[in-house]
Amino acid sequence: MNFLIQAFAFIFDPKHYGTANGIEVRLGQHLLISFEVLVIAALIAIPVGYLIGHTGRGRAFAIGFSGGVRALPTLGFMILIALGVGIGLGAPIVALVVLAIPSILAGAYSGFEAVDRRTVDSARAMGMNELQIVAKVEVPLGLPLLIGGLRAASLQVIATATLADYVGGGGLGRFIFAGVQTQDYPQMLAGSILVIFLAIASEILFSIIQRLVVPAGVTAGRPKDVRVKSSRSRAALG
Amino acid sequence: MIEFRGVSKLFPDGTLAVDDFSLVIPSRKTTVFVGSSGSGKTTLLRMINRMVDTTSGTIEIDGQPTTALEAVALRRSIGYVMQNSGLLPHLRVVDNVATVPVLNGVPKKEAREAALVLLDTVGLDRSLAERYPSQLSGGQQQRVGVARGLAANPNILLMDEPFGAVDPIVRSELQVELIRLQRDLDKTIVFVTHDIDEAFLLGDQVVILEKGGVIAQVGSPTEILTAPANEFVATFIGAERGKRALSIQKTATGDILVDSEGRAAGVLVQQSEGVVR
Amino acid sequence: MNWIVNNGDLIGQLVVAHLATAIPPIILSFFLSIPIGWFANRFQVSRGILLTVFALLYAIPSLPLFIVLPLIIGTGLRDPINVVIALTIYGIALMARSTADGLASVDPDVRQAATAVGYSARSSFWRVELPLAGPVLLAGIRVVAVSTISLTTVGAVLGIDSLGALFTDGYQRNIPSEILTGIVVTIALALAVDFLIVRIGRLLMPWSRIVGAGGGRSARRQRTAATA
Repeated sequence: MNFLIQAFAFIFDPKHYGTANGIEVRLGQHLLISFEVLVIAALIAIPVGYLIGHTGRGRAFAIGFSGGVRALPTLGFMILIALGVGIGLGAPIVALVVLAIPSILAGAYSGFEAVDRRTVDSARAMGMNELQIVAKVEVPLGLPLLIGGLRAASLQVIATATLADYVGGGGLGRFIFAGVQTQDYPQMLAGSILVIFLAIASEILFSIIQRLVVPAGVTAGRPKDVRVKSSRSRAALG
Repeated sequence: MIEFRGVSKLFPDGTLAVDDFSLVIPSRKTTVFVGSSGSGKTTLLRMINRMVDTTSGTIEIDGQPTTALEAVALRRSIGYVMQNSGLLPHLRVVDNVATVPVLNGVPKKEAREAALVLLDTVGLDRSLAERYPSQLSGGQQQRVGVARGLAANPNILLMDEPFGAVDPIVRSELQVELIRLQRDLDKTIVFVTHDIDEAFLLGDQVVILEKGGVIAQVGSPTEILTAPANEFVATFIGAERGKRALSIQKTATGDILVDSEGRAAGVLVQQSEGVVR
Repeated sequence: MNWIVNNGDLIGQLVVAHLATAIPPIILSFFLSIPIGWFANRFQVSRGILLTVFALLYAIPSLPLFIVLPLIIGTGLRDPINVVIALTIYGIALMARSTADGLASVDPDVRQAATAVGYSARSSFWRVELPLAGPVLLAGIRVVAVSTISLTTVGAVLGIDSLGALFTDGYQRNIPSEILTGIVVTIALALAVDFLIVRIGRLLMPWSRIVGAGGGRSARRQRTAATA
């Protein structure tokens, strides 16, 4: 437990703030990488997922892609890219985007699929065009599952962003890798604790959002647990 | 007037749901398609608003082929009520009813006010307007479904087994309500059911369908009951089992009607108004 | 290519080390999840609590967990046992849910029929419910197996032997083909284990067509039939 006390001492030591390698700087980097990755991955995965969900085509492709990414070791993939594009943020961002896409994709299309086909049918029969069906029926009703997908992706990305510093990407992983190099276990532990807190904070944040976005009126008719099961597979790399 | 001319529908899976179907559906009357599953009745209904496209043949509404309009515009001009109401679960009752007018560009406030009036029309209390569909009973949901079907003030109302999923007591309430509505509104209603009693109750014109959209008989309930066209119709309407062949029997407490097996089926009363259709 | 030929022995050793670390968590999480899944399904309350607890454990990132675990269980930082335990925790977190879902998916009528023909509660569980939950368990364990094999590589940054060592070594010595080899062999290993699991599943459950790892919901997508 001594180490644990030392780790917390490390976290609360004022010396570790206000410098270029300060905890708040690394924390900020970690959050920024994670946020950027989530935004990029969402911009790619949500439209594609919606397309799959609305048309019902390409589902096999999405499942295959997700399975492939699950087997792909992110560490190796990131390092390989880093050898190509050089050290820094580029390689971690590409690798993490690839990692994050399957969860968001699954959230997007399974959200559409969860909408009762009769509801869609009646919307069409009323005279909604395809775009209106997507915007007014499928998107709002599929939102809880999409947020579930984003939640899983966020957890994966925050966890795995720890590896970013291995190729010079900064973030909280810096304390872990610096600690490994200097055999400084309390520093490693401090970095680890910070990442764990961040991951849990993300879970809490998204569970609140998830509760907020359930369209009023469907709370009664829906199972409470709206996580995307299939995409929860590989959350915690890093 | 809706006219089917040699309409066929072959689904991609190879089922020939409807083959060379021709029929005239008169305006401002209720026409009921009745048949068992596989008779193509829902397919026929859904071809009118092009939810299902015909493989061959044409359907004309008041002399205009349905293909003259874009499918989306056509659907907005035709009311549609389905089983399980098909209401949008995330919209309040009043917004569900106002959906089509809003799609058509009616200002939201105006559309909501009109929707409230429609709730009165279908016999729903305005206090339900702000509820969500999941907070209503099955019967109430169907009434909202009917109100929504009427919202754009269409000439034609398509009803696909709208009362199929509610319990018998509520169903007969809704049926009576629909008869009242039709008297007031004078729409062209095309109604699909597998329940022959419902067909006879609601239909001015009843179309009995055999498998594959083959017309077994078209006529008023009276015509069909008095002269079933063939054995299929007789069996379907229950005439064969004697359920429809009633006779008067005198009993100690008064005259009753019995079927051919002697079971009590009803009592004889004076006809007060109107003619039997 | 040259690099692979010259380092066949190293790759072989690392494959062995990798499997030694990755296989126990897969097997452990499968068997440990059965009592957890049973218990989760037994009572309404326990389901929520148990599955939430494991979902929270799953939220702990793996590299930090590799570092925190030695503190809790008193091992060395480079002891592979840390990785084995951490991956077992993740495996259970995923698998407990699959097991609970699988058991819940058994038709209550079948369960009652089993009781009616004279199965005791225990024999009904082992001989009726668990086998019938099999396809869902299989789908779950396939996900666990593939992600476990992939995750095992992360230990390399702490110096724990696995195919991940090819990534760290290749990075330090700037040998892309070494890293690529590591990726390809890891994926191949994952696919091989996945294939093996499917074969075992077919052997044990000849009555059932194997459900894909993504679940078989395609039927839901069928357009509302209009042939009534």
